Amino acid sequence: MSEYLDLLGLGFMQRAILAAVFTGLAAPAVGTYLVQRRLALMGDGIGHVAVTGVALGLLTGASPTWTAVGVAVIGAVVIEVIRERGHANGDVALALLFYGGLAGGVLITGLAGQSGARLQQYLFGSITTISVGDVGVTMGLAAVVVVVCVGFAPQLFAVAQDQEFARVAGLNIRAYNLLVAVLAAVSVTVAMRTVGLLLVSALMVVPVATAQQVSRSFRTTLGAAMALGTLASVGGLLLSAYASFHARVAPGPTIVLLALAGFVVAWPVGIWLRSRRRLRQPFPVVAATVHDTIDEHPHDHGEDCGHVAVPHGDHVDYVHDGHRHAPHGRHYDEH
Amino acid sequence: MADPVIEMNDGAVAIAGRPILRHIDLAVAAGEFVALMGANGSGKSTLVRALTGLRPLATGSLRLFGTALDDFHDWQRVGFVPQRGGAASGVPASVWEVVASGRLTRRKLLRPLRRADRAAIDDALEVVGLAHRARDGVSTLSGGQQQRVLIARALAGEPELFFLDEPTAGVDLPNQQVLADTLATLSGRGATIVLVAHELGPMAPLIDRAVVMRDGRVAYDGPPLASDQVATAHLDLHDAGHHHHPEPERHDHAPHIASLIEGGPE
Repeated sequence: MSEYLDLLGLGFMQRAILAAVFTGLAAPAVGTYLVQRRLALMGDGIGHVAVTGVALGLLTGASPTWTAVGVAVIGAVVIEVIRERGHANGDVALALLFYGGLAGGVLITGLAGQSGARLQQYLFGSITTISVGDVGVTMGLAAVVVVVCVGFAPQLFAVAQDQEFARVAGLNIRAYNLLVAVLAAVSVTVAMRTVGLLLVSALMVVPVATAQQVSRSFRTTLGAAMALGTLASVGGLLLSAYASFHARVAPGPTIVLLALAGFVVAWPVGIWLRSRRRLRQPFPVVAATVHDTIDEHPHDHGEDCGHVAVPHGDHVDYVHDGHRHAPHGRHYDEH
Repeated sequence: MADPVIEMNDGAVAIAGRPILRHIDLAVAAGEFVALMGANGSGKSTLVRALTGLRPLATGSLRLFGTALDDFHDWQRVGFVPQRGGAASGVPASVWEVVASGRLTRRKLLRPLRRADRAAIDDALEVVGLAHRARDGVSTLSGGQQQRVLIARALAGEPELFFLDEPTAGVDLPNQQVLADTLATLSGRGATIVLVAHELGPMAPLIDRAVVMRDGRVAYDGPPLASDQVATAHLDLHDAGHHHHPEPERHDHAPHIASLIEGGPE
């Protein structure tokens, strides 16, 4: 155990933890708006495009982080423009960029004379090799993403919820759409060092999917997704560091699998909550319905009698075995 | 006389180069309750989309509150209830949140909600009778209730001019009645309402004026019609428009049929 604490005290681990915290906050923040627009795979598309950006950095000797930011932003804007023009479906536009980005990246890396291993750092993350400068860039960019996503939440929510309404409300929807695209591109490159370009979308989407299993409002979804994202990225990092004494465990996949484990736990809870809510929804009040009187009833209904109690107008119906029993004087009515 | 709230002169809309609306002249005065009617594909929804600036005009001009559309920025004076695609999206949202997004027209960037904003949102929920569902997820509501949420969203901005695109489509009669009561309240407060409807149902008594579209043109513009008159309304205007009768003899058959139906089989 003391070995483990020593490991956490090392500079590279502390840098990694900082990067994990900021990435875990930023990626699900943008991811919430992408999921709201039903563009859950957009992060993946941008991630593939960013591979070309990284390769360009390797080829030219420029910082791969910044070339990735540049190419990812261009890719995100192209996806948005194709989507807006409606010439292709959003998912077709994404698919086109998926393949172009990945193929271009692998080709250019080869041209640059770099090995696949160098590219793999970016494809699957290498959070423990992150430099001081890279941590600074990651924190700065992630902070911008979080501030914009939370600060402009009312506008971004309205645009993602209903474009036409937002436009008639006087919002510049094209500007907001592009803003989300750029934010997505930035958070992809922020998360690139943590989980890698091929897994980046998981950190944007999985915490949101987990949060919405139990939440009923947008704000709690956004907040819970950010909390879960941070939990998964820091937890996954610490877990992989702990496991590294026994086996080679990469942090990127550990983070993603931990996030998925959270979803697996939340999913049945969500199903249970939804069915409970549906069962307890009040019955509609309809005038003049025929009802039967139940004379013999072996069971007294009441609070905590074990049967689902559903409000029905000015009284309560108790549901059991396909019946709706309402207390009426000394007997029950079948409603 | 005050400027009309909506004034379209010789408006035309083309979608992908195909002319859809042609030669639309429409003026709506403040406080009027206008029903835009017509068959599917007659252009009534396209006309509303043109009036709200969602569809650019190919030719002609549009003025809202006396200001040309290009210079019009007072969008808080306009409330729009789009044709229902459902109020739900990919992420859960509460009824309150959806309604609150209608208040954006009056909010400044990066500022929290003020007391007046909250009051307007609560009032909007109250008017459509959904205050008790404010915290519930929008997707758990029925279709008719979701439609009421969308109306409350438009209400939250406290607009003077409402556009509603088929608010009653696929909505059951009790919910239609609530919608009609809501619109009666709005109309009573002095709002101008332009309503696209296939069938008026319980809203029929509220209408001041009916505009019937047919094949992208205005086929009738005048006092409210019984719904079975809508199909034949263009015949009246046709005579008036093209043959220049000084006082066009009205085809008697439409009211005649209406009275037959209202009177029941004899």
